[in-house]
Amino acid sequence: MDYLAHLTLNTGIFIILAVSLNLINGICGQFSLGHAGFWAVGAYTGAAYGVFLAPEALPDFINLFISCGIGFVVAALSGLLIGVPCLRLRGDYLAIATLGFGEIIRILIMNMDVVGGPRGFTNIPNWSNLFWVYFWVVITIVFCANLLRGTHGRAIISIREDEIAADSMGIYTFKYKTLAFVIGAGFAGLAGSLFAHAQQFLHPNGFTFMWSVIILLMIILGGLGSITGAIVGAVILTILPEMLRFMGETVSQWRMVIYSILLICLMLWRPSGIFGKHEFNILKFFKKDEEATS
Amino acid sequence: MSENVTYFFYDLFQYLVNGLAQGSIYALIALGYTMVYGIIKLINFAHGEFYMIGAFIGFYCLVSGMPLWMAFPAAMIGAGLVAVLVEKIVYRPIRHAGRIPALITALGTSLLFQYLGQGVIGADPKAFPSAIAEKTYMLGEVIITRTQIIIMVVTFALMVILYWLVNHTKTGKAMRATSFNMNAAELMGINTNKIISFTFFIGAALAGAAGVLVGMYYNTAEPMMGLIPGLKAFIAAVLGGIGIIPGAVIGGLVLGVAENLVVGFWISTYRDAIAFAILILILLIKPAGILGKNRKEKV
Repeated sequence: MDYLAHLTLNTGIFIILAVSLNLINGICGQFSLGHAGFWAVGAYTGAAYGVFLAPEALPDFINLFISCGIGFVVAALSGLLIGVPCLRLRGDYLAIATLGFGEIIRILIMNMDVVGGPRGFTNIPNWSNLFWVYFWVVITIVFCANLLRGTHGRAIISIREDEIAADSMGIYTFKYKTLAFVIGAGFAGLAGSLFAHAQQFLHPNGFTFMWSVIILLMIILGGLGSITGAIVGAVILTILPEMLRFMGETVSQWRMVIYSILLICLMLWRPSGIFGKHEFNILKFFKKDEEATS
Repeated sequence: MSENVTYFFYDLFQYLVNGLAQGSIYALIALGYTMVYGIIKLINFAHGEFYMIGAFIGFYCLVSGMPLWMAFPAAMIGAGLVAVLVEKIVYRPIRHAGRIPALITALGTSLLFQYLGQGVIGADPKAFPSAIAEKTYMLGEVIITRTQIIIMVVTFALMVILYWLVNHTKTGKAMRATSFNMNAAELMGINTNKIISFTFFIGAALAGAAGVLVGMYYNTAEPMMGLIPGLKAFIAAVLGGIGIIPGAVIGGLVLGVAENLVVGFWISTYRDAIAFAILILILLIKPAGILGKNRKEKV
Protein backbone atom coordinates (compact mmCIF):
# COMPACT_ATOMS: atom_id res chain seq x y z
CA MET A 1 0.00 0.00 0.00
CA ASP A 2 2.86 2.32 0.88
CA TYR A 3 4.45 1.55 -2.46
CA LEU A 4 1.25 2.37 -4.34
CA ALA A 5 0.83 5.64 -2.43
CA HIS A 6 4.40 6.61 -3.25
CA LEU A 7 3.87 5.77 -6.91
CA THR A 8 0.68 7.80 -7.06
CA LEU A 9 2.42 10.73 -5.44
CA ASN A 10 5.28 10.60 -7.94
CA THR A 11 2.77 10.41 -10.78
CA GLY A 12 1.19 13.62 -9.49
CA ILE A 13 4.53 15.41 -9.42
CA PHE A 14 5.30 14.29 -12.96
CA ILE A 15 1.86 15.42 -14.10
CA ILE A 16 2.71 18.94 -12.90
CA LEU A 17 6.09 18.77 -14.64
CA ALA A 18 4.63 17.48 -17.90
CA VAL A 19 1.77 20.00 -17.95
CA SER A 20 4.17 22.87 -17.28
CA LEU A 21 6.64 21.74 -19.95
CA ASN A 22 3.72 21.32 -22.30
CA LEU A 23 2.91 24.99 -21.80
CA ILE A 24 6.40 25.93 -23.05
CA ASN A 25 7.04 23.24 -25.68
CA GLY A 26 3.61 22.23 -26.87
CA ILE A 27 1.48 25.31 -26.55
CA CYS A 28 3.96 28.12 -27.06
CA GLY A 29 6.13 26.05 -29.42
CA GLN A 30 9.40 27.12 -27.77
CA PHE A 31 11.50 24.00 -27.61
CA SER A 32 13.04 23.85 -24.14
CA LEU A 33 15.32 21.06 -22.93
CA GLY A 34 16.14 22.53 -19.53
CA HIS A 35 13.08 21.64 -17.52
CA ALA A 36 14.98 19.50 -15.04
CA GLY A 37 16.98 22.62 -14.18
CA PHE A 38 13.89 24.53 -13.02
CA TRP A 39 12.69 21.43 -11.24
CA ALA A 40 16.02 21.37 -9.38
CA VAL A 41 15.78 25.08 -8.52
CA GLY A 42 12.33 24.59 -7.01
CA ALA A 43 13.36 21.43 -5.19
CA TYR A 44 16.43 22.98 -3.62
CA THR A 45 14.82 26.28 -2.63
CA GLY A 46 11.78 24.50 -1.22
CA ALA A 47 14.01 22.12 0.68
CA ALA A 48 16.24 24.96 1.90
CA TYR A 49 13.18 26.70 3.30
CA GLY A 50 12.15 23.50 5.04
CA VAL A 51 15.57 22.89 6.57
CA PHE A 52 16.80 26.38 7.45
CA LEU A 53 13.89 28.78 7.71
CA ALA A 54 10.65 27.01 8.49
CA PRO A 55 9.22 27.91 11.91
CA GLU A 56 8.36 24.82 13.94
CA ALA A 57 5.20 26.42 15.25
CA LEU A 58 3.39 26.44 11.94
CA PRO A 59 1.40 23.37 10.96
CA ASP A 60 2.97 21.26 8.23
CA PHE A 61 0.56 22.09 5.48
CA ILE A 62 1.10 25.85 5.85
CA ASN A 63 4.84 25.28 5.75
CA LEU A 64 4.39 23.17 2.63
CA PHE A 65 2.26 25.91 1.12
CA ILE A 66 4.96 28.54 1.79
CA SER A 67 7.65 26.17 0.53
CA CYS A 68 5.72 25.59 -2.71
CA GLY A 69 5.24 29.33 -3.07
CA ILE A 70 8.95 29.98 -2.63
CA GLY A 71 9.78 27.17 -5.06
CA PHE A 72 7.38 28.62 -7.61
CA VAL A 73 8.65 32.19 -7.30
CA VAL A 74 12.37 31.37 -7.36
CA ALA A 75 12.01 28.96 -10.29
CA ALA A 76 9.89 31.53 -12.14
CA LEU A 77 12.52 34.20 -11.51
CA SER A 78 15.27 31.91 -12.79
CA GLY A 79 13.01 31.19 -15.76
CA LEU A 80 12.81 34.93 -16.38
CA LEU A 81 16.57 35.28 -16.03
CA ILE A 82 17.19 32.47 -18.53
CA GLY A 83 14.22 33.15 -20.77
CA VAL A 84 14.95 36.79 -21.54
CA PRO A 85 18.29 36.14 -23.25
CA CYS A 86 17.44 32.67 -24.60
CA LEU A 87 14.04 33.30 -26.10
CA ARG A 88 15.61 35.48 -28.76
CA LEU A 89 16.87 32.23 -30.21
CA ARG A 90 14.72 29.89 -32.21
CA GLY A 91 14.13 26.20 -32.77
CA ASP A 92 17.10 23.95 -32.26
CA TYR A 93 19.34 26.75 -31.00
CA LEU A 94 16.90 27.47 -28.17
CA ALA A 95 16.87 23.76 -27.35
CA ILE A 96 20.64 23.70 -26.97
CA ALA A 97 20.79 26.95 -24.98
CA THR A 98 18.16 25.76 -22.49
CA LEU A 99 19.96 22.43 -22.25
CA GLY A 100 23.11 24.38 -21.41
CA PHE A 101 21.36 26.39 -18.70
CA GLY A 102 19.81 23.27 -17.22
CA GLU A 103 23.28 21.75 -16.89
CA ILE A 104 24.75 24.98 -15.51
CA ILE A 105 22.08 25.06 -12.79
CA ARG A 106 22.96 21.50 -11.85
CA ILE A 107 26.70 22.24 -11.75
CA LEU A 108 26.09 25.37 -9.64
CA ILE A 109 24.06 23.36 -7.14
CA MET A 110 26.80 20.75 -7.13
CA ASN A 111 29.24 23.47 -6.06
CA MET A 112 27.03 24.94 -3.33
CA ASP A 113 28.16 23.61 -0.01
CA VAL A 114 25.19 25.03 1.95
CA VAL A 115 22.78 22.61 0.30
CA GLY A 116 25.13 19.66 0.51
CA GLY A 117 26.79 19.97 -2.89
CA PRO A 118 27.86 16.57 -4.21
CA ARG A 119 26.96 14.90 -0.89
CA GLY A 120 23.26 15.56 -1.43
CA PHE A 121 20.75 17.49 0.65
CA THR A 122 19.47 15.50 3.62
CA ASN A 123 17.00 15.87 6.50
CA ILE A 124 14.28 17.55 4.47
CA PRO A 125 11.01 17.49 6.45
CA ASN A 126 8.38 15.14 5.11
CA TRP A 127 5.46 17.45 4.41
CA SER A 128 4.12 16.28 1.08
CA ASN A 129 1.20 13.93 1.06
CA LEU A 130 -1.18 12.67 -1.56
CA PHE A 131 -3.83 15.28 -0.84
CA TRP A 132 -1.58 18.34 -1.24
CA VAL A 133 0.21 16.96 -4.28
CA TYR A 134 -3.07 16.37 -6.08
CA PHE A 135 -4.38 19.70 -4.85
CA TRP A 136 -1.52 21.35 -6.75
CA VAL A 137 -2.04 19.02 -9.73
CA VAL A 138 -5.61 20.25 -10.03
CA ILE A 139 -4.53 23.89 -9.61
CA THR A 140 -1.88 23.49 -12.32
CA ILE A 141 -4.25 21.87 -14.79
CA VAL A 142 -7.06 24.35 -14.17
CA PHE A 143 -4.65 27.27 -14.41
CA CYS A 144 -3.14 26.08 -17.70
CA ALA A 145 -6.50 25.17 -19.22
CA ASN A 146 -7.97 28.54 -18.30
CA LEU A 147 -4.91 30.42 -19.46
CA LEU A 148 -5.44 28.94 -22.91
CA ARG A 149 -9.02 30.16 -23.14
CA GLY A 150 -8.13 33.80 -22.54
CA THR A 151 -6.40 36.54 -24.54
CA HIS A 152 -2.95 35.61 -23.28
CA GLY A 153 -3.46 31.96 -24.15
CA ARG A 154 -4.64 32.76 -27.65
CA ALA A 155 -1.57 34.95 -28.14
CA ILE A 156 0.67 32.14 -26.88
CA ILE A 157 -0.95 29.64 -29.27
CA SER A 158 -0.57 32.06 -32.18
CA ILE A 159 3.20 32.10 -31.56
CA ARG A 160 3.29 28.34 -31.97
CA GLU A 161 1.29 28.44 -35.18
CA ASP A 162 3.39 31.12 -36.86
CA GLU A 163 5.61 33.48 -34.99
CA ILE A 164 6.20 35.94 -37.81
CA ALA A 165 2.50 36.13 -38.62
CA ALA A 166 1.66 36.64 -34.94
CA ASP A 167 4.25 39.40 -34.77
CA SER A 168 2.79 41.15 -37.78
CA MET A 169 -0.71 40.91 -36.27
CA GLY A 170 0.50 43.11 -33.45
CA ILE A 171 1.15 40.46 -30.81
CA TYR A 172 4.22 41.25 -28.74
CA THR A 173 5.62 37.77 -29.24
CA PHE A 174 8.65 38.19 -26.99
CA LYS A 175 6.47 39.12 -24.01
CA TYR A 176 4.16 36.14 -24.47
CA LYS A 177 7.01 33.72 -25.07
CA THR A 178 8.61 34.91 -21.83
CA LEU A 179 5.26 34.67 -20.04
CA ALA A 180 4.78 31.05 -21.08
CA PHE A 181 8.39 30.24 -20.21
CA VAL A 182 8.18 31.86 -16.77
CA ILE A 183 4.90 30.20 -15.86
CA GLY A 184 6.18 26.84 -17.07
CA ALA A 185 9.36 27.23 -15.04
CA GLY A 186 7.36 28.31 -11.99
CA PHE A 187 5.17 25.22 -12.01
CA ALA A 188 8.25 23.05 -12.49
CA GLY A 189 9.67 24.70 -9.36
CA LEU A 190 6.46 23.96 -7.49
CA ALA A 191 6.69 20.33 -8.53
CA GLY A 192 10.29 20.39 -7.32
CA SER A 193 9.26 21.66 -3.90
CA LEU A 194 6.62 18.93 -3.57
CA PHE A 195 9.18 16.38 -4.75
CA ALA A 196 11.77 17.53 -2.19
CA HIS A 197 9.32 17.20 0.70
CA ALA A 198 8.23 13.78 -0.51
CA GLN A 199 11.70 12.31 -1.12
CA GLN A 200 13.40 13.97 1.88
CA PHE A 201 16.72 13.63 0.06
CA LEU A 202 17.98 15.51 -2.98
CA HIS A 203 21.06 15.01 -5.10
CA PRO A 204 22.17 17.19 -8.03
CA ASN A 205 22.59 14.07 -10.18
CA GLY A 206 18.88 13.39 -9.77
CA PHE A 207 18.20 16.36 -12.06
CA THR A 208 20.30 15.50 -15.07
CA PHE A 209 19.57 16.23 -18.69
CA MET A 210 18.10 12.71 -18.91
CA TRP A 211 15.11 13.83 -16.81
CA SER A 212 14.45 16.75 -19.14
CA VAL A 213 14.33 14.20 -21.94
CA ILE A 214 11.98 11.93 -19.99
CA ILE A 215 9.57 14.80 -19.29
CA LEU A 216 9.80 15.73 -22.95
CA LEU A 217 9.02 12.13 -23.89
CA MET A 218 5.93 12.29 -21.66
CA ILE A 219 4.45 15.24 -23.55
CA ILE A 220 5.43 13.89 -26.93
CA LEU A 221 3.84 10.55 -26.12
CA GLY A 222 0.66 12.27 -25.01
CA GLY A 223 0.70 14.73 -27.87
CA LEU A 224 2.53 18.07 -27.97
CA GLY A 225 0.11 20.87 -27.19
CA SER A 226 -2.54 18.81 -25.44
CA ILE A 227 -2.92 19.17 -21.66
CA THR A 228 -4.80 15.87 -21.37
CA GLY A 229 -2.07 14.36 -23.50
CA ALA A 230 0.58 15.58 -21.09
CA ILE A 231 -1.34 14.07 -18.15
CA VAL A 232 -1.75 10.71 -19.88
CA GLY A 233 1.89 10.73 -20.97
CA ALA A 234 3.06 11.46 -17.43
CA VAL A 235 0.91 8.69 -15.98
CA ILE A 236 2.09 6.14 -18.55
CA LEU A 237 5.75 6.95 -18.20
CA THR A 238 5.77 6.91 -14.40
CA ILE A 239 3.90 3.63 -14.19
CA LEU A 240 5.68 1.90 -17.10
CA PRO A 241 9.08 1.57 -15.37
CA GLU A 242 7.35 0.05 -12.32
CA MET A 243 5.54 -2.43 -14.56
CA LEU A 244 8.90 -3.27 -16.17
CA ARG A 245 10.28 -3.92 -12.70
CA PHE A 246 7.69 -6.65 -12.23
CA MET A 247 8.75 -8.23 -15.49
CA GLY A 248 12.14 -9.04 -14.06
CA GLU A 249 15.49 -7.49 -13.35
CA THR A 250 16.79 -7.63 -16.92
CA VAL A 251 13.81 -5.86 -18.47
CA SER A 252 14.04 -3.14 -15.84
CA GLN A 253 17.69 -2.57 -16.72
CA TRP A 254 16.74 -1.93 -20.31
CA ARG A 255 14.22 0.75 -19.33
CA MET A 256 16.07 3.64 -21.01
CA VAL A 257 16.66 1.55 -24.14
CA ILE A 258 12.93 0.92 -24.33
CA TYR A 259 12.26 4.65 -23.78
CA SER A 260 14.61 5.74 -26.53
CA ILE A 261 13.22 3.21 -29.01
CA LEU A 262 9.75 4.44 -28.04
CA LEU A 263 10.84 8.01 -28.69
CA ILE A 264 12.30 7.19 -32.11
CA CYS A 265 9.32 5.07 -33.16
CA LEU A 266 6.90 7.77 -32.03
CA MET A 267 8.73 10.34 -34.11
CA LEU A 268 8.87 8.05 -37.15
CA TRP A 269 5.30 6.80 -37.15
CA ARG A 270 3.16 9.02 -35.00
CA PRO A 271 4.85 12.37 -34.35
CA SER A 272 1.60 13.82 -33.01
CA GLY A 273 1.47 11.42 -30.05
CA ILE A 274 -1.65 9.84 -28.60
CA PHE A 275 -3.90 12.88 -28.56
CA GLY A 276 -2.31 15.19 -31.12
CA LYS A 277 -3.34 18.70 -30.26
CA HIS A 278 -6.82 17.59 -29.14
CA GLU A 279 -8.11 17.69 -25.62
CA PHE A 280 -10.18 15.00 -24.00
CA ASN A 281 -12.79 16.68 -21.85
CA ILE A 282 -15.00 14.55 -19.64
CA LEU A 283 -17.42 17.41 -19.06
CA LYS A 284 -18.18 17.52 -22.76
CA PHE A 285 -19.53 13.98 -22.62
CA PHE A 286 -22.04 14.96 -19.96
CA LYS A 287 -23.09 18.00 -21.93
CA LYS A 288 -23.68 15.92 -25.03
CA ASP A 289 -25.80 13.55 -23.02
CA GLU A 290 -27.89 16.40 -21.73
CA GLU A 291 -28.40 17.72 -25.21
CA ALA A 292 -29.35 14.27 -26.42
CA THR A 293 -31.88 13.70 -23.65
CA SER A 294 -33.44 17.14 -23.72
CA MET B 1 58.94 37.99 -7.93
CA SER B 2 60.46 37.24 -11.33
CA GLU B 3 60.57 33.56 -10.44
CA ASN B 4 56.82 33.66 -9.82
CA VAL B 5 56.30 35.23 -13.21
CA THR B 6 58.37 32.53 -14.92
CA TYR B 7 56.39 29.83 -13.15
CA PHE B 8 53.19 31.55 -14.15
CA PHE B 9 54.28 31.35 -17.79
CA TYR B 10 55.33 27.74 -17.45
CA ASP B 11 51.89 27.00 -15.99
CA LEU B 12 50.22 28.94 -18.75
CA PHE B 13 52.10 27.06 -21.46
CA GLN B 14 51.36 23.76 -19.76
CA TYR B 15 47.64 24.51 -19.79
CA LEU B 16 47.90 25.71 -23.39
CA VAL B 17 49.48 22.43 -24.45
CA ASN B 18 46.87 20.39 -22.56
CA GLY B 19 44.16 22.63 -24.01
CA LEU B 20 45.42 22.17 -27.55
CA ALA B 21 45.43 18.38 -27.16
CA GLN B 22 41.92 18.45 -25.69
CA GLY B 23 40.82 20.98 -28.29
CA SER B 24 42.08 18.78 -31.15
CA ILE B 25 39.73 16.05 -29.92
CA TYR B 26 36.82 18.48 -29.74
CA ALA B 27 37.70 19.73 -33.21
CA LEU B 28 37.67 16.20 -34.66
CA ILE B 29 34.20 15.55 -33.23
CA ALA B 30 32.96 19.03 -34.11
CA LEU B 31 33.88 18.48 -37.77
CA GLY B 32 31.28 15.73 -38.05
CA TYR B 33 28.64 17.88 -36.35
CA THR B 34 29.30 20.78 -38.62
CA MET B 35 29.38 18.73 -41.82
CA VAL B 36 26.09 17.00 -41.02
CA TYR B 37 24.47 20.28 -39.98
CA GLY B 38 25.77 21.98 -43.10
CA ILE B 39 24.24 19.38 -45.36
CA ILE B 40 20.86 18.53 -43.81
CA LYS B 41 20.42 21.15 -41.05
CA LEU B 42 20.21 18.46 -38.37
CA ILE B 43 21.85 18.74 -34.96
CA ASN B 44 23.01 15.16 -34.78
CA PHE B 45 22.91 14.53 -31.03
CA ALA B 46 24.03 10.96 -31.62
CA HIS B 47 27.38 12.16 -32.91
CA GLY B 48 28.99 11.82 -29.49
CA GLU B 49 27.93 8.17 -29.55
CA PHE B 50 29.81 7.54 -32.79
CA TYR B 51 32.86 8.73 -30.88
CA MET B 52 32.05 6.25 -28.12
CA ILE B 53 31.56 3.46 -30.66
CA GLY B 54 34.89 4.31 -32.27
CA ALA B 55 36.60 4.15 -28.89
CA PHE B 56 35.09 0.74 -28.15
CA ILE B 57 35.93 -0.73 -31.56
CA GLY B 58 39.48 0.49 -30.99
CA PHE B 59 39.40 -1.00 -27.49
CA TYR B 60 38.28 -4.45 -28.64
CA CYS B 61 40.69 -4.45 -31.57
CA LEU B 62 43.63 -3.58 -29.32
CA VAL B 63 42.57 -6.10 -26.67
CA SER B 64 42.43 -8.82 -29.31
CA GLY B 65 46.04 -8.04 -30.10
CA MET B 66 45.69 -6.01 -33.27
CA PRO B 67 48.47 -3.46 -33.77
CA LEU B 68 47.52 0.20 -33.40
CA TRP B 69 48.03 1.11 -37.05
CA MET B 70 45.34 -1.43 -37.97
CA ALA B 71 43.03 -0.79 -35.02
CA PHE B 72 42.89 2.91 -35.75
CA PRO B 73 41.43 2.66 -39.29
CA ALA B 74 39.21 -0.20 -38.13
CA ALA B 75 37.65 2.06 -35.49
CA MET B 76 37.18 4.83 -38.03
CA ILE B 77 35.52 2.58 -40.58
CA GLY B 78 33.40 0.85 -37.94
CA ALA B 79 32.07 4.11 -36.52
CA GLY B 80 31.44 5.37 -40.05
CA LEU B 81 29.43 2.26 -40.99
CA VAL B 82 27.30 2.56 -37.85
CA ALA B 83 26.60 6.19 -38.75
CA VAL B 84 25.59 5.24 -42.29
CA LEU B 85 23.20 2.61 -40.93
CA VAL B 86 21.69 5.06 -38.43
CA GLU B 87 21.22 7.61 -41.17
CA LYS B 88 19.51 5.06 -43.43
CA ILE B 89 17.18 3.64 -40.79
CA VAL B 90 16.37 6.65 -38.61
CA TYR B 91 17.26 10.01 -40.10
CA ARG B 92 16.26 9.50 -43.72
CA PRO B 93 12.53 8.92 -43.04
CA ILE B 94 12.39 11.90 -40.66
CA ARG B 95 14.35 14.30 -42.84
CA HIS B 96 11.36 16.06 -44.33
CA ALA B 97 9.33 16.28 -41.12
CA GLY B 98 10.98 19.48 -39.94
CA ARG B 99 13.84 20.33 -37.65
CA ILE B 100 12.35 19.76 -34.20
CA PRO B 101 11.10 16.19 -34.89
CA ALA B 102 14.50 15.43 -36.39
CA LEU B 103 16.18 16.85 -33.29
CA ILE B 104 14.02 14.71 -31.00
CA THR B 105 14.83 11.63 -33.09
CA ALA B 106 18.52 12.39 -32.83
CA LEU B 107 18.14 12.73 -29.07
CA GLY B 108 16.42 9.34 -28.96
CA THR B 109 19.16 7.74 -31.05
CA SER B 110 21.79 9.17 -28.74
CA LEU B 111 20.07 7.77 -25.63
CA LEU B 112 19.56 4.44 -27.39
CA PHE B 113 23.28 3.99 -28.05
CA GLN B 114 24.27 5.13 -24.55
CA TYR B 115 21.99 2.73 -22.74
CA LEU B 116 22.44 -0.06 -25.26
CA GLY B 117 26.15 0.33 -24.59
CA GLN B 118 25.53 0.16 -20.85
CA GLY B 119 23.41 -2.94 -21.26
CA VAL B 120 25.72 -4.80 -23.64
CA ILE B 121 29.18 -3.71 -22.53
CA GLY B 122 28.45 -2.78 -18.90
CA ALA B 123 28.51 0.61 -17.24
CA ASP B 124 31.93 0.29 -15.63
CA PRO B 125 34.87 2.05 -17.31
CA LYS B 126 37.21 -0.26 -19.23
CA ALA B 127 40.96 0.16 -19.01
CA PHE B 128 42.20 1.05 -22.47
CA PRO B 129 45.31 -0.97 -23.35
CA SER B 130 48.37 1.21 -23.76
CA ALA B 131 49.17 0.78 -27.41
CA ILE B 132 52.36 2.82 -27.38
CA ALA B 133 55.11 3.23 -24.83
CA GLU B 134 54.42 6.46 -22.93
CA LYS B 135 57.25 8.95 -22.97
CA THR B 136 57.38 12.54 -21.79
CA TYR B 137 59.35 15.39 -23.26
CA MET B 138 60.35 18.47 -21.28
CA LEU B 139 60.47 21.94 -22.74
CA GLY B 140 61.82 23.86 -19.78
CA GLU B 141 59.19 23.04 -17.15
CA VAL B 142 56.46 22.28 -19.67
CA ILE B 143 55.67 18.58 -19.99
CA ILE B 144 54.48 17.20 -23.30
CA THR B 145 53.55 13.54 -23.50
CA ARG B 146 53.93 11.40 -26.55
CA THR B 147 50.19 10.80 -26.69
CA GLN B 148 49.55 14.53 -26.82
CA ILE B 149 51.91 14.84 -29.77
CA ILE B 150 50.25 11.90 -31.51
CA ILE B 151 46.82 13.46 -30.93
CA MET B 152 47.86 16.77 -32.45
CA VAL B 153 49.68 15.21 -35.39
CA VAL B 154 46.88 12.76 -36.21
CA THR B 155 44.27 15.52 -35.93
CA PHE B 156 46.27 17.77 -38.20
CA ALA B 157 46.77 14.98 -40.76
CA LEU B 158 43.08 14.06 -40.75
CA MET B 159 42.14 17.69 -41.23
CA VAL B 160 44.47 18.07 -44.19
CA ILE B 161 42.92 14.94 -45.74
CA LEU B 162 39.43 16.31 -45.08
CA TYR B 163 40.37 19.66 -46.61
CA TRP B 164 41.65 17.91 -49.72
CA LEU B 165 38.57 15.69 -49.85
CA VAL B 166 36.10 18.55 -49.63
CA ASN B 167 37.88 21.06 -51.83
CA HIS B 168 39.74 19.04 -54.44
CA THR B 169 37.70 15.96 -55.29
CA LYS B 170 34.54 15.41 -57.25
CA THR B 171 32.74 13.96 -54.21
CA GLY B 172 33.75 17.02 -52.24
CA LYS B 173 32.32 19.25 -54.91
CA ALA B 174 29.06 17.27 -54.75
CA MET B 175 29.06 17.64 -50.96
CA ARG B 176 29.46 21.38 -51.21
CA ALA B 177 26.75 21.58 -53.84
CA THR B 178 24.34 19.53 -51.73
CA SER B 179 24.89 21.69 -48.67
CA PHE B 180 24.44 24.82 -50.77
CA ASN B 181 21.12 23.80 -52.26
CA MET B 182 19.92 20.23 -52.09
CA ASN B 183 17.17 20.50 -54.70
CA ALA B 184 19.37 22.20 -57.24
CA ALA B 185 22.10 19.66 -56.64
CA GLU B 186 19.62 16.88 -57.23
CA LEU B 187 18.52 18.50 -60.49
CA MET B 188 22.16 18.61 -61.59
CA GLY B 189 22.28 14.82 -61.31
CA ILE B 190 23.93 14.48 -57.92
CA ASN B 191 22.69 11.53 -55.90
CA THR B 192 22.09 13.53 -52.73
CA ASN B 193 21.15 10.50 -50.62
CA LYS B 194 24.52 8.97 -51.38
CA ILE B 195 26.28 12.23 -50.60
CA ILE B 196 24.48 12.55 -47.26
CA SER B 197 25.42 8.96 -46.38
CA PHE B 198 28.99 9.73 -47.31
CA THR B 199 28.98 12.86 -45.13
CA PHE B 200 27.74 10.84 -42.16
CA PHE B 201 30.45 8.28 -42.85
CA ILE B 202 33.25 10.85 -42.91
CA GLY B 203 31.95 12.71 -39.86
CA ALA B 204 31.56 9.56 -37.80
CA ALA B 205 34.95 8.24 -38.93
CA LEU B 206 36.57 11.42 -37.60
CA ALA B 207 34.64 11.03 -34.36
CA GLY B 208 35.76 7.38 -34.16
CA ALA B 209 39.36 8.48 -34.59
CA ALA B 210 38.85 10.97 -31.76
CA GLY B 211 37.45 8.14 -29.64
CA VAL B 212 40.57 6.01 -30.05
CA LEU B 213 42.81 9.01 -29.38
CA VAL B 214 40.92 9.84 -26.18
CA GLY B 215 41.10 6.20 -25.13
CA MET B 216 44.88 6.38 -25.49
CA TYR B 217 45.03 9.75 -23.72
CA TYR B 218 42.94 8.95 -20.63
CA ASN B 219 43.32 5.14 -20.75
CA THR B 220 39.60 4.54 -20.18
CA ALA B 221 36.50 3.92 -22.27
CA GLU B 222 32.91 3.74 -21.01
CA PRO B 223 29.47 3.76 -22.67
CA MET B 224 28.58 7.24 -21.35
CA MET B 225 31.81 8.82 -22.53
CA GLY B 226 30.15 10.32 -25.61
CA LEU B 227 27.61 12.52 -23.86
CA ILE B 228 29.69 15.41 -22.54
CA PRO B 229 32.34 15.54 -25.31
CA GLY B 230 29.51 15.32 -27.84
CA LEU B 231 27.76 18.33 -26.34
CA LYS B 232 31.04 20.21 -26.08
CA ALA B 233 31.93 19.44 -29.66
CA PHE B 234 28.56 20.78 -30.66
CA ILE B 235 29.38 23.94 -28.70
CA ALA B 236 32.69 24.09 -30.55
CA ALA B 237 30.87 23.80 -33.88
CA VAL B 238 28.47 26.61 -32.92
CA LEU B 239 31.37 28.70 -31.63
CA GLY B 240 33.19 28.50 -34.94
CA GLY B 241 30.05 28.89 -37.01
CA ILE B 242 27.98 25.80 -37.58
CA GLY B 243 28.14 24.42 -41.10
CA ILE B 244 31.58 25.93 -41.72
CA ILE B 245 34.40 23.36 -41.71
CA PRO B 246 37.36 25.58 -40.65
CA GLY B 247 35.05 27.07 -37.99
CA ALA B 248 34.75 23.70 -36.26
CA VAL B 249 38.53 23.45 -35.94
CA ILE B 250 38.87 26.97 -34.55
CA GLY B 251 35.93 26.45 -32.20
CA GLY B 252 37.31 23.15 -30.94
CA LEU B 253 40.76 24.56 -30.21
CA VAL B 254 39.37 27.71 -28.54
CA LEU B 255 37.04 25.65 -26.37
CA GLY B 256 39.76 23.19 -25.37
CA VAL B 257 42.17 25.96 -24.40
CA ALA B 258 39.51 28.00 -22.58
CA GLU B 259 38.43 24.97 -20.60
CA ASN B 260 41.94 24.07 -19.51
CA LEU B 261 42.71 27.63 -18.51
CA VAL B 262 39.60 27.69 -16.32
CA VAL B 263 40.53 24.37 -14.77
CA GLY B 264 44.09 25.52 -14.22
CA PHE B 265 43.61 29.01 -12.89
CA TRP B 266 40.10 28.86 -11.42
CA ILE B 267 37.82 26.15 -10.06
CA SER B 268 38.09 22.75 -11.71
CA THR B 269 34.51 21.76 -10.86
CA TYR B 270 33.22 24.46 -13.21
CA ARG B 271 34.86 22.71 -16.14
CA ASP B 272 31.58 21.67 -17.76
CA ALA B 273 29.74 24.86 -16.89
CA ILE B 274 32.27 27.02 -18.70
CA ALA B 275 31.61 25.33 -22.04
CA PHE B 276 27.87 25.98 -21.72
CA ALA B 277 28.51 29.56 -20.62
CA ILE B 278 30.61 30.08 -23.76
CA LEU B 279 27.79 28.60 -25.84
CA ILE B 280 25.19 30.92 -24.37
CA LEU B 281 27.44 33.95 -24.76
CA ILE B 282 28.18 33.17 -28.39
CA LEU B 283 24.51 32.50 -29.15
CA LEU B 284 23.58 35.87 -27.68
CA ILE B 285 26.40 37.94 -29.13
CA LYS B 286 27.01 36.36 -32.53
CA PRO B 287 24.66 33.41 -33.15
CA ALA B 288 26.28 32.72 -36.52
CA GLY B 289 29.61 31.92 -34.83
CA ILE B 290 33.12 33.31 -35.26
CA LEU B 291 33.36 32.62 -38.98
CA GLY B 292 29.65 32.77 -39.76
CA LYS B 293 27.75 35.41 -41.62
CA ASN B 294 24.57 36.87 -40.17
CA ARG B 295 21.51 36.09 -42.16
CA LYS B 296 18.15 37.83 -42.05
CA GLU B 297 15.15 35.67 -41.34
CA LYS B 298 12.59 35.50 -44.11
CA VAL B 299 9.00 34.38 -44.17
